[in-house]
Amino acid sequence: MQARDALNYDYSVAKCFTYATILFGIIGMVIGVVIAYQMAFPELNYLADEYGTFSRLRPLHTSGVIFGFLLSGIFATWYYVGQRVLKVSMAESPFLMIVGRLHFWIYMLTILSAVVALFLGIGTSKEYAELEWPLDIAVVVLWVLWGISIFGLIGIRREKTLYISMWYYIATFLGVAMLYLFNNMEVPTYFVAGMGKWYHSVSMYAGTNDAMVQWWYGHNAVAFIFTVPIIAMIYYFLPKESGQPVFSYKLSLLSFWGLMFVYLWAGGHHLLYSTVPDWVQTMGSIFSVILILPSWGSAINMLLTMKGQWGQLKENPLVKFMVFASTFYMLSTLEGPIQAIKSVNALAHFTDWIPGHVHDGTLGWVGFMTMAALFHMAPRMYKRELYSKKLMESQFWIQTTGIVMYFSSMWIAGITQGMMWRATDQFGNLAYSFIDTVTVLIPYYALRATGGLLYLIGFFMFTYNMYKTMTASKAIESEPQNASPMAA
Amino acid sequence: MDIETIRELQAYGYIFATIFLSVIMYSYLYHLYKAEKKGTRNYEKYANIALNDNIDDAPIESFTPSNKEKE
Repeated sequence: MQARDALNYDYSVAKCFTYATILFGIIGMVIGVVIAYQMAFPELNYLADEYGTFSRLRPLHTSGVIFGFLLSGIFATWYYVGQRVLKVSMAESPFLMIVGRLHFWIYMLTILSAVVALFLGIGTSKEYAELEWPLDIAVVVLWVLWGISIFGLIGIRREKTLYISMWYYIATFLGVAMLYLFNNMEVPTYFVAGMGKWYHSVSMYAGTNDAMVQWWYGHNAVAFIFTVPIIAMIYYFLPKESGQPVFSYKLSLLSFWGLMFVYLWAGGHHLLYSTVPDWVQTMGSIFSVILILPSWGSAINMLLTMKGQWGQLKENPLVKFMVFASTFYMLSTLEGPIQAIKSVNALAHFTDWIPGHVHDGTLGWVGFMTMAALFHMAPRMYKRELYSKKLMESQFWIQTTGIVMYFSSMWIAGITQGMMWRATDQFGNLAYSFIDTVTVLIPYYALRATGGLLYLIGFFMFTYNMYKTMTASKAIESEPQNASPMAA
Repeated sequence: MDIETIRELQAYGYIFATIFLSVIMYSYLYHLYKAEKKGTRNYEKYANIALNDNIDDAPIESFTPSNKEKE
């Protein structure tokens, strides 16, 4: 026991992924703001030749925030939470330390190569699956390394029971592994038919089948990257920061199995009114509506965890970030099912309401939860108090304003757009041409871009606060049990 | 097989699947509560895994007999 008394958790890999989260967050969000302004002011497309066009930058934004910012956030929290809930230090296994470091460096190399490749316009043109086959193989390698790290740590744990967050991290690992492999089955054209460059490929599926696999993947990327690991985070960080045990552990288990079962069938809602079989569309629609139950199961469980402790919202901005994240999770998991209802989708499909929906989930739920998690980890990893509570409060309100501007402008733009597309005169002719809708929407695009800019400003405030916490904040002697210490 | 038969089979499939899945879900819920009532498991105590997560804290449920004594 002597040796164990001197033992500490090893956060070196978690720290590396924290830096990556911040770096890719800045890259992904700056590009996001640029392309949002391009929608409002099209001349901005010509700032940097082909490299600055919307079509070149859009996959960079999505891949940058999903696979750069968020994935590294997930890995950072895993290398922090995993050790703590299993009560075992990575330092106890030199093998796992090597795996963790290798995981980080291969990840960095892969994502930085992806940034270069997408800037050069090298991609498969499959949404959220743009990377060409050599990079796909690198993704598989880094994913396997993460798996070794997860199951390796589980293998040497002291805590017999896996805490609910662990279930969600494991589900993220297994879910993405399955989805990524099946959707990225591709034929390298140069090696098979002597066509194209060595890195080019085409999908192994064709036509409608390709679309079905793609949206089974696409929507479940939302499930297993935007939802499942973020629930893993909130189930750990909210109780820990507030000092309150999860309201109902049984409800967390029931919600877990509900979410796992239902999510996998919902992707068909991306293909409503297309050439896929009607039953696939109906199934996608129905499962999307049922999805409200397990989603709200987790979200309500989190809100009830704060029962009798709502005063903490006033005192602790981190709790505020997390409660707000949970509330936005409820909003977006109600909005999504509504959009998936066939008759609503007839209006909403292909309109700006869809990116509006995506962003109230990603900015409100995913972004806030990830930043709150890193804020909570910082004093424990760097043994310093958080640099500025005031800055955190201002960040919260600036970003919240940004989110509200983003989704409210997109609601109005989307519904306007949908209604104009469907409007007909008394003879059944379309009342508006496409360019009429574009002209009407321009003010909303400017509002949306400004909302995004506010969120980006908040992210820079977060970066500054984290940087100062790491380098200049007051040192703390012992690790805080619950509420993170912060200077005014 | 004609389209009417296919539709009929789909409808039966749908109703049986719905009943089956509802039974599974409620059985799981029943299992959780029954295990707690019988005292075989206390699920709610696992919530403390997140709260008492220092490396020196005694595990909520541990593998080794030496740690078991601590509980």
